[in-house]
Amino acid sequence: MAVSVDEAVSTGPARDHTPPVRRLGGRGRSVLEVTLLTVLAVVMLFPVLWMIETSIKENRDVYAIPAKFFDFKITLDHYKDVFVNPDGGRSALSVSFLNSVVVAGASTVLATVLGVPAAWAYSRFAVKAKKDQLFFILSTRFMPPVVVVIPIFLMYRQVGLIDNKLGLILIYTAFNVPFTIWMMKGFVDEVPAEYEDAAMLDGYTRLQAFRRYTLPLLVPGIAATAVFALIFSWNEFVFATFLTSSDDVRTAPPAIAGLIGGTTTDWGLVAAASVVFALPVLVFAYLVRKHLIAGVTLGAVRR
Amino acid sequence: MGTLAAHGLRKSFGKVQALDGVTLDVPDGSFFVVLGPSGAGKTTTLRAIAGLEKLDAGSVHLDGRDATGDTPAARDLAMVFQNYALYPRHTVYENIASPLRARRCSSSEIATAVEQMSSLLHIERLLQRRPAQLSGGEMQRVALARALVRSPRAFLMDEPLTNLDLKLRVEMRTELTRIHRSLGATFVYVTNDQVEALSMADQVAVLKEGQVQQVGTPTEVYERPANQWVAAFVGSPPISLLACRADGDRLVGAAGWTLPRPRWTTAEDGRQLLLGLRAEDLSVEQRGNASLSGELYGLEPLGDRTVVDVRVGTEILKVKARPTVTGTPGERLQVTVDLDRAHLFDAGTGLSLSEAGR
Ligand SMILES: Nc1ncnc2c1ncn2[C@@H]1O[C@H](COP(=O)(O)OP(=O)(O)OP(=O)(O)O)[C@@H](O)[C@H]1O
Ligand SMILES: [Mg+2]
Repeated sequence: MAVSVDEAVSTGPARDHTPPVRRLGGRGRSVLEVTLLTVLAVVMLFPVLWMIETSIKENRDVYAIPAKFFDFKITLDHYKDVFVNPDGGRSALSVSFLNSVVVAGASTVLATVLGVPAAWAYSRFAVKAKKDQLFFILSTRFMPPVVVVIPIFLMYRQVGLIDNKLGLILIYTAFNVPFTIWMMKGFVDEVPAEYEDAAMLDGYTRLQAFRRYTLPLLVPGIAATAVFALIFSWNEFVFATFLTSSDDVRTAPPAIAGLIGGTTTDWGLVAAASVVFALPVLVFAYLVRKHLIAGVTLGAVRR
Repeated sequence: MGTLAAHGLRKSFGKVQALDGVTLDVPDGSFFVVLGPSGAGKTTTLRAIAGLEKLDAGSVHLDGRDATGDTPAARDLAMVFQNYALYPRHTVYENIASPLRARRCSSSEIATAVEQMSSLLHIERLLQRRPAQLSGGEMQRVALARALVRSPRAFLMDEPLTNLDLKLRVEMRTELTRIHRSLGATFVYVTNDQVEALSMADQVAVLKEGQVQQVGTPTEVYERPANQWVAAFVGSPPISLLACRADGDRLVGAAGWTLPRPRWTTAEDGRQLLLGLRAEDLSVEQRGNASLSGELYGLEPLGDRTVVDVRVGTEILKVKARPTVTGTPGERLQVTVDLDRAHLFDAGTGLSLSEAGR
């Protein structure tokens, strides 16, 4: 891997080492490229665009046939409905958003707090059967949630964690810790152990050495890892659907899905809720994008 | 106080036996050099003394007290790392201040100490830079400053001068010797450069494949190498080794030459030997008490002297000569040998046979 730690964690713009090589030359290429990219963009973005349009249309325009693309009246009523009930007071959806924030945030923080030191330990110390342990840790991610949701449901019922935010936090943490350990071990491996050795000779304990000199170098990696963990917890649907039922506990994904069906579906509300749901992750990823790129490229290749 | 003793250090990395029973006794205040080629286990030895490497066996005593299980911080040692290990996100100033901060010195004490160190090592201009903005030699000096800024029990230095250019290296050599003398502290200094070892050390330990070959003053190691390997490793140009056997009062070379057998050897007749001759104990201008004949193989002018390569049979002798010496390859030569200063080694074990009668 050619990227050094210093370089990856530098706050300046990433250096371009070599300009990308273009195999085709001339105008033909750019026309072809532009066409393909346009088609791709339209296909990918149309649903998003449609969702946003629907969220700001009045109900009669939502159901209008033929569909209206441009000439409709803009309204923010659906967004109001997301947060407040028609009779005043907080809506069930807004509660579910708050639940999502709590559950995703807490499980991400927990996974990071547990996973980063574990990754450091796996990277720095001679652990017995290290490879087997790491493989075992990773293997917990082999199965998709839907495979394990029934046994977990039964276990949770025994210990009273059904329909409980703590239950969701714990299961999301359990899913994110292995991922965090694996991602972070790559980052820790990239930081020379000598910094800690030198700090220990300076007179710090091993943990102080880690905190003072290694941890700051891991910030980009932690940011990248935490964003991925957060996205997983934020978007998670299967566990949330099976393990929660009441409006007080439910997170946003099952709550939004719950709007669909019944006799009539308020598509404007569904669309507005979806936009609100998608925004935080987008904003967060945008804010840490610099770290994310450094982090993802740095951790991607293991030596 | 600052005595330091390592006994029977053993450490393996998988199949590699990095340390194979290393024992060192470093007296208080001495400049103790560990000399060995790359991969000899020098860094591992230092790390073991510093408490950074978990040993398979052996003990480390500091000031007479068993410190084998102590943390690096508790051992109160300072180390210059082979690859510097400067903290990348911190300025030079903060790097040098780190050992003092760890020990909770006041910021005015820190400022004074850092200032003093940086002027001693000529890095005042660099204090606000980060390690990435330094040249190799500057980094090395910052690493030295970080070690020297406090007064630990002993200083451990892992090849601190290797990355400097020759001029700076010679300067720093003198400077370090001076610092050592003025501090009166114990230095354990690792190097693969025998000139550095011979010129700076009070005591040299020669290390090879995790085993100490010889410990002694530079003169002892140079004049009375314990074995063939030490003889060949220490000294430049390297010692010439000729295969021969003892036969009565003569040494008979594998290449057909004969020399009178030095009085001090104890080898019995017929034993396979190696005759070690240093370049300065050989001459192409008549002087010594015995001679070998060979042909001129090459000339290596070095300014203050010329090294003459003489081929005797299939073996090459390196002979020190005056810079004015000339000759054409192939020309016949008589090489006179100062047999009193020659070394004899057992060809099988490599051990020196020269000690007994001297
Ligand atoms: N962490 C490690 N893992 C595996 N092998 C190691 C490790 N550290 C050292 N070794 C091996 O132990 C032996 C001694 O290494 P060491 O670094 O002590 O040598 P050295 O004398 O300092 O060499 P150099 O002059 O090149 O620095 C070498 O063969 C090296 O490959
Ligand atoms: Mg080394």
